[in-house]
Amino acid sequence: MEKGNEEIIVLSQRKKHFKINNWAYIFIVPFFISFIFFQLIPLCQTIYYSFTEYYYGQMTGTVGPNWNNFQNFISILNPSAVGYGGFWKYLGNTLILWICGALPQFIIALVLAVWFTDNRLKIKGSRFFKTVIYMPNLMMASALGYLFMVMVLPSGPIFDLFLNLGWINETFRFLEDEVWVRILIVLMNFLMWFGNTTLQLMSGIMGISDDVFESARLDGASAMRTFRSVTFPLLKPIFVYVFITSLIGGIQLFDTAYFLTSRGGGPNGTSYTLMMYLYEMIPNKNYGMAGALSVILFIITGVLSIVVFRTITPHNDAMKDEKKTKAKRRIWLRCSNNYGETLGYESKFIDK
Amino acid sequence: MNQNLSISSIGSKHHSAKVSLGIYRGFVYFFLIVLVILCLFPIYIILINCTHTNAEIQGGFNIWFGTNLINNITNLFNNHNLPVMRAFFNSLFVSLACAVLTVYFSALTAYAIHTYEFKGKRVVNAFIIAIMMIPTQISAIGLFILCLQLHMTESFIPLILPSIASPITYFYMKQYCDSVLPYEVIEASRVDGASEIRIFHQIVLPMLKPAIALQFIFAYVSSWNNYFIPALLNSASGEHATLPLLIRALSNSSPESFDMGPVYCLMAVAIFPLVIIFIIFSKSIIKGLTSGAVKG
Repeated sequence: MEKGNEEIIVLSQRKKHFKINNWAYIFIVPFFISFIFFQLIPLCQTIYYSFTEYYYGQMTGTVGPNWNNFQNFISILNPSAVGYGGFWKYLGNTLILWICGALPQFIIALVLAVWFTDNRLKIKGSRFFKTVIYMPNLMMASALGYLFMVMVLPSGPIFDLFLNLGWINETFRFLEDEVWVRILIVLMNFLMWFGNTTLQLMSGIMGISDDVFESARLDGASAMRTFRSVTFPLLKPIFVYVFITSLIGGIQLFDTAYFLTSRGGGPNGTSYTLMMYLYEMIPNKNYGMAGALSVILFIITGVLSIVVFRTITPHNDAMKDEKKTKAKRRIWLRCSNNYGETLGYESKFIDK
Repeated sequence: MNQNLSISSIGSKHHSAKVSLGIYRGFVYFFLIVLVILCLFPIYIILINCTHTNAEIQGGFNIWFGTNLINNITNLFNNHNLPVMRAFFNSLFVSLACAVLTVYFSALTAYAIHTYEFKGKRVVNAFIIAIMMIPTQISAIGLFILCLQLHMTESFIPLILPSIASPITYFYMKQYCDSVLPYEVIEASRVDGASEIRIFHQIVLPMLKPAIALQFIFAYVSSWNNYFIPALLNSASGEHATLPLLIRALSNSSPESFDMGPVYCLMAVAIFPLVIIFIIFSKSIIKGLTSGAVKG
C-alpha cells in the first residue's frame, strides 16, 4: 500500500515537473517566431536570390527570379566582369580602412587598459576618463560622418584651422584627396571604438588574479616585463575575441564612410566599402547580385564567427582537458560581461 | 619592505623611484588629456556652432558660443522640407519600443533556457550563440523584398518587431542568469504557489535589474543610431522617417547652399540626447562594462 502511494507521488511529481518544464517552450516561442520571420526567412530568400537572375529594370519590369547557374557569383568575383568586378577593390578598401583603424586602436586600448588597472599608477579621475573615451561610441555614426564632412569643407572649421596654421592652401580639398578621406574615416572609427576596446580589455585584465601581479612584483619584474610575460599571455584569449569581433565589425564599415563621402566613396571610389556596394545594389533593384554579395559576406563573417564561437564556448572539449575548460569558462564569463555592447546588433561596430 | 637596507639607501632609492613614477604619471595624464580633447572635439564643434549664424559658421573657426541659438532652433523646426519634430518622436518611439522588446524577450528566453529542463535546450542555446555574430545587413535584401511583398515598407513594424529576437542581449542575459539566479529561489516561489508567469515577472525580472538597465540602454542606442535598415524601408520624406534619414536627406544637397546653423542644431538633436543619458548613467554603465565581477 505504502509503496504504491510513493509511486503515485513520484509519478505525480514527474507529471508536474514535465508540465512546468513545458513553460520553456511558451517562453522561447516569441523569440523564435521573430527570429524566423525577420531573420531566417529573409536570409534563406537572400541565399535563394543569389542563385537567380532577378532584377527590376525600367524597360523590362521585374525579371526573374530565374536560376542562372551561379552567374551572379561569377560576375562578382571576376575582376574584369563588365559593370561589376569592383568586389576585390572594395574588399581591399574595407580591409585597409579596418587595419589602419584597428592597429592604433588596439595598441592604445591595450596601453590604456594597463594604465587604468595599474595599482601603482592610481590614475585620478579615471571614471571621468573612461566616460569620455567611451562617449563617441554612442554618437550616431551617420551624424558623425556628416559632421566631419561639413567640418573639412572650405567653409568648415577644420579647413579654416588648417589654413590658419599654414598646413594647407586655399585650393586644397580634403574630400578630393584619397589619403585624407581614408584618414578621416579611420579617425572617426578609431574615436568611436577605442574606448569600447579599452573597457573590454580592462575587464579582461581585472579578471586576472592579483596574486599573479603580486608575485611578479616581488620577483622584481619591470612594468614592461610584467606586461610581456604576465598580463598579455593571460589576456590573450580575450584579446583574440575582441580582435575578431572588431574584424567582423570592420567588414560592416558603412555609416561613417558613406556620409563622409556623400555616398560616393571618395575620389575614384578609394574609400568605397563592401557594405556601401551592397547598400547601393538594393535600391537599384539588382536583387540577384545583392543576394550573391550578401552570401559572400555571410560566408566571411560565418567563418570568423566560428573562430569567436570556439574561443568563448566552454563545453567543446569538456572531458579532454580540465584546465583548458576552466580557462575557457573564465573567458566565457568575462566575455559575457563585456558583451553588453559590441557589434552584431544592427550596424553597431561600424556602423563600426 | 626592505628594512634591512640602510636608511640613506632607502631614502635615495625611494626618491628616484618617486621621481620616475612622477614623470611616468605626468606622461600618462598628458596622453589621456589629448585623447579626451579628441573625443570631445566633435561635441564641442556642434555645441558651439549651433549657437551661431550661418555667416559666422562659414566665416571660420568659432571658439566660443554665439547668440543665434533660439533663431536656429526655430528655423530648424519650421523647415517644412525637413520634418525634424516628427522624426525625433519617431526615433524616440521606435527606440523605446525596440529597447523594451529586446530586453523583455531576451530576459524571458534566457530565463526559460536557464531554468527549465527540456528537449533541445542545449541545441537552442548553441544555436542562438552561433547566429549571434551574423550581421543583420546580410539578410537585408531578403527583408527588403519580404517587406515589399507584405506592404510593410513605410512602416514601423519591420523596424520594431525584429528586435524581439536579439541574440547578443540573450547571450548577456543568459550569462547573467547563470551567475545571479539560483534555482532554489524559483523552487521556493513555486512551493509558495506562484505561477510560472508570476515568478518570472515578480521574482526574476527584479533580480535581473542591473543587466536589464544596461541592455536597455544599449538596445536603445543601437536602434536610435541605426541607419541601414530604416533607410532601405522608409523614405526621409515619409511619415515614418527617423533622424538618421533626415541627415541622409541633408547630405543629398550641397552644404554650401543652406543655412548651417539649423544643420548643426539637427546634429545636436541627433547626438546629444544619448550623450546626456550616458552622462547621467555613466557610473553604472562603465561599471557594468568593466566588471569582471561575475564569478562562475
